[in-house]
Amino acid sequence: MAVNVAEEMAKTHKAISIAEFFEKNKHLLGYENLQKSLLTVVREGVDNSLDACEEARILPDVYVELQKKANIENRYKVIIEDNGPGIVKKNIPKIFGKLLYGSKFHRLRQSRGQQGIGISAAVLYGQLTTGKSAKIYSRINDDKTHIYELHIDIQTNEPVIVSEDTVYGSGHGTRLELEVKGRYVKGRQSIYEYIQETAIMNPFAKIVFVDPDGEKFEFPRGVDELPKEPREIKPHASGIELGTLLKMMKGAKPKTISGFLAAEFSRISGEKAKELCVLANVDPKVSTMSLTRDEAEALHEQMQKAKLQNPPTDCLSPIGAKPIEEGLKKELVPEFVTAVSRSAAVYTGNPFLVEVGVAYGGNIDQEGPVHLMRYANKVPLLYEQSACAITKAVIQTDWRRYKLSQSAGALPVGPMAITIHFASVWVPYTSEGKEAIAAYPIIIKEVKLAIQEAARRMGVYLSRKRRANEAEEKKALFYRYVAETAGALHDLTGKDKEKIATQMSELINEKLKTMIVEEVEEEPVEQEEIDNEIPDEDNGEENGVEKESGE
Amino acid sequence: MVKTEAQSGAEIAARLQALGNEVIADIELKKNPSMAILTRALNNVYFDEDAGLIKLGDKKQNRYYINLNQAKKFMQTLLVAKQIKWLLEQQKPALSIRQLYYTLKHSIEGSKEETFDSQDESDPLIEDVEVMVDALREELRLIATPKGVLAGPMVVLDQTGDMLDFTKMGSAGGAVPPSVEENTFEIKECSADFVLVIEKFAVWNLLNQQKYWKDANCLIMTGKGQPARAERRLLHRMQKELKIPIYVFTDMDPWGYYIYSVYKQGSINLAFFSEKAGSPKANYLGFSTSDIKQFDIPRSAYIKLKDVDYKRLKEIEAYDWFKSPGWKKEFAAMKQFGYKVEQDSLVAKSIEFTAKEYLPTKIENKQFIA
Repeated sequence: MAVNVAEEMAKTHKAISIAEFFEKNKHLLGYENLQKSLLTVVREGVDNSLDACEEARILPDVYVELQKKANIENRYKVIIEDNGPGIVKKNIPKIFGKLLYGSKFHRLRQSRGQQGIGISAAVLYGQLTTGKSAKIYSRINDDKTHIYELHIDIQTNEPVIVSEDTVYGSGHGTRLELEVKGRYVKGRQSIYEYIQETAIMNPFAKIVFVDPDGEKFEFPRGVDELPKEPREIKPHASGIELGTLLKMMKGAKPKTISGFLAAEFSRISGEKAKELCVLANVDPKVSTMSLTRDEAEALHEQMQKAKLQNPPTDCLSPIGAKPIEEGLKKELVPEFVTAVSRSAAVYTGNPFLVEVGVAYGGNIDQEGPVHLMRYANKVPLLYEQSACAITKAVIQTDWRRYKLSQSAGALPVGPMAITIHFASVWVPYTSEGKEAIAAYPIIIKEVKLAIQEAARRMGVYLSRKRRANEAEEKKALFYRYVAETAGALHDLTGKDKEKIATQMSELINEKLKTMIVEEVEEEPVEQEEIDNEIPDEDNGEENGVEKESGE
Repeated sequence: MVKTEAQSGAEIAARLQALGNEVIADIELKKNPSMAILTRALNNVYFDEDAGLIKLGDKKQNRYYINLNQAKKFMQTLLVAKQIKWLLEQQKPALSIRQLYYTLKHSIEGSKEETFDSQDESDPLIEDVEVMVDALREELRLIATPKGVLAGPMVVLDQTGDMLDFTKMGSAGGAVPPSVEENTFEIKECSADFVLVIEKFAVWNLLNQQKYWKDANCLIMTGKGQPARAERRLLHRMQKELKIPIYVFTDMDPWGYYIYSVYKQGSINLAFFSEKAGSPKANYLGFSTSDIKQFDIPRSAYIKLKDVDYKRLKEIEAYDWFKSPGWKKEFAAMKQFGYKVEQDSLVAKSIEFTAKEYLPTKIENKQFIA
């Protein structure tokens, strides 16, 4: 009987396509409600455009337009166009019409997209909610424009081309037109906010946004230089998981185990590879094909323990302190701005770095908590703020040292914006929604160090400003007391009050010319002690990796 | 410096006017306006051993208008000065120093700031004006609120015309009025053999209920802790006019000792007032360390000396007027003993113990610290 049940059940077992899976689980990709879905579509398009431009070393010009469809509720046409390199004709269908197709998944270098899901998922979302195909225009500087209309076959996860055409076109770039169901909002977590935050952290990009009312917003370029180009790196032994190691061995061309280690991992020399094999009781000459699981496990253990240099950090592409300051200046027009770009650190074998920008006062005049902008690989994170490691680090910082008020467990309060950029070859998101960064202690620590440096500078500025104000106020008091003093002198002596007051004011004018009101020494702003009690399991020390990243 | 005869209001008013003219002269000469004020602090007082009084030295400090820390105080000082002049010229009834504060407190035109934020700001300025125009507060027609009460065989003609018999003041005793000058509080008769000054009201009250003053034929007075100016001035007059001994009875602790010295030699802050208010012939009757054994004070009355007590002890030890052999011995004995004793605690022996045994024995045997 049991066999019969199993056979019955077997009839219902079948493979599901990845596209089918995501149709059912689209909330995982940021399509959980109409407002967020519209934002996700725009975000995927803009991220792709910026990635493409940066990779091709082109200063990006990105155009975003939203058109509200008449007579259909919650229906928008989204247009995203860039001046990027364009896409060669034969790749267009798969890039837009096949999930998990892309160049970025197995590559260890910093980019906005990671998995090759984003843009095709946007196409899928559009077709699922409106039944319409996506329209793509692409030019690669060969005087042609290729135009495709396509959608995705949900069963097979393959592109279905509805029409294709090639017309004349000069220059290069890509344009995507997509009809989707969504809701357009203003204010927090809006598309406008996303674009402005993007403009701040990508000051080398020019972005134009036309909202559904036809209003046009221009976000000009702040700097004329692209960030350093990230280089692709091999994985690092520390923090690599056993499963990944096994998969890598299986995928590699058969060779000796020591040769495999030296070739496929960064910071492992031939010498070191042999040493690891000896320590793990594995013959260095044995082929990767004939390694037993136990041997692999022993080797994996030694790889974790080994004292290795940190992975190279040129896989990262920091924005840099100066461009961050420029981005904040052009978008927020603050009275004070500063930014800190830290050198790279490592979590579970992945290099990462943190950059913090702080802008205070000026046109920033909101009341209540500061405006915190979180970024992962230059992409703004608008949701799940409280779950994010960045937010935790901001809250854990004692801002009262830096002249801001802050209640326990909350963001500081004041007319200030903080941008925090987390850059890594692999961003440890807490979920597929890519909205919050996981709170590895080393990440929290690095963010806090960057915040402290930026906040310290701001604190110095604020106390200097406060003292200057006080000095001015103090000068004013000499004039403030003239009338009372002259009145008292009149009562004591019977002399003319107005005359005494005039003479006093003249005297004060004269004396103040030469008076330097208290040039007080700079109050030292204390450097906050980093809580070293946090277990540093991820900073590599336990794994024997040197703390300072070496090249 | 202190005039022995009361000065007329007109004389003082003239000096206030001169003060104003000096400031105006500075302004006209384009100088930073200033006032020179005698420093009323420990570094400008000295102990006049011959007179037995704490006296004010001649160190002065300038108060400037064009100085960030002094501008407001400068203005406030002139406000206090002009108000006192007005009080003197208008022949108004004497005001309390709190009332003076209220007559001057208002907001400064064109700002949210007030001329005075609290009475703590105006009180010390009154003392500044006292030393600047060389006149006492009593002469400036300002009064502090006295706390003292008094009982015993004395008859006084009050400025109201009432005749006060201090044997008939009931259980509350007769109050010490704010002004106790010859013309406001005239001693008509007194048959007392001595004056007993008591630190605390509770102890005074018990003695009054027991009519101790009748049995001992004395005056009993308390300033309820640290005395105000009126109690000190009255005691000074008793010493001078009645020519009878004065005994001071306080707690056995540094604070009690100091209260005694304020009655006797004057205080640091009001050193300019000592000649009018000190009673250098006063004797310290107790409570003292030697009394512990002599009167077999129970252990339950001992209170351990705390850090603040030791600190205060160290301070008063350093005062020149506490450097007699008797006091040196007392301080040493207290430190060795390590405890203090309150005068109230004598009731532990018996309710009548203070009146019937302690005071008569101490006075009879003249057991004083000198």
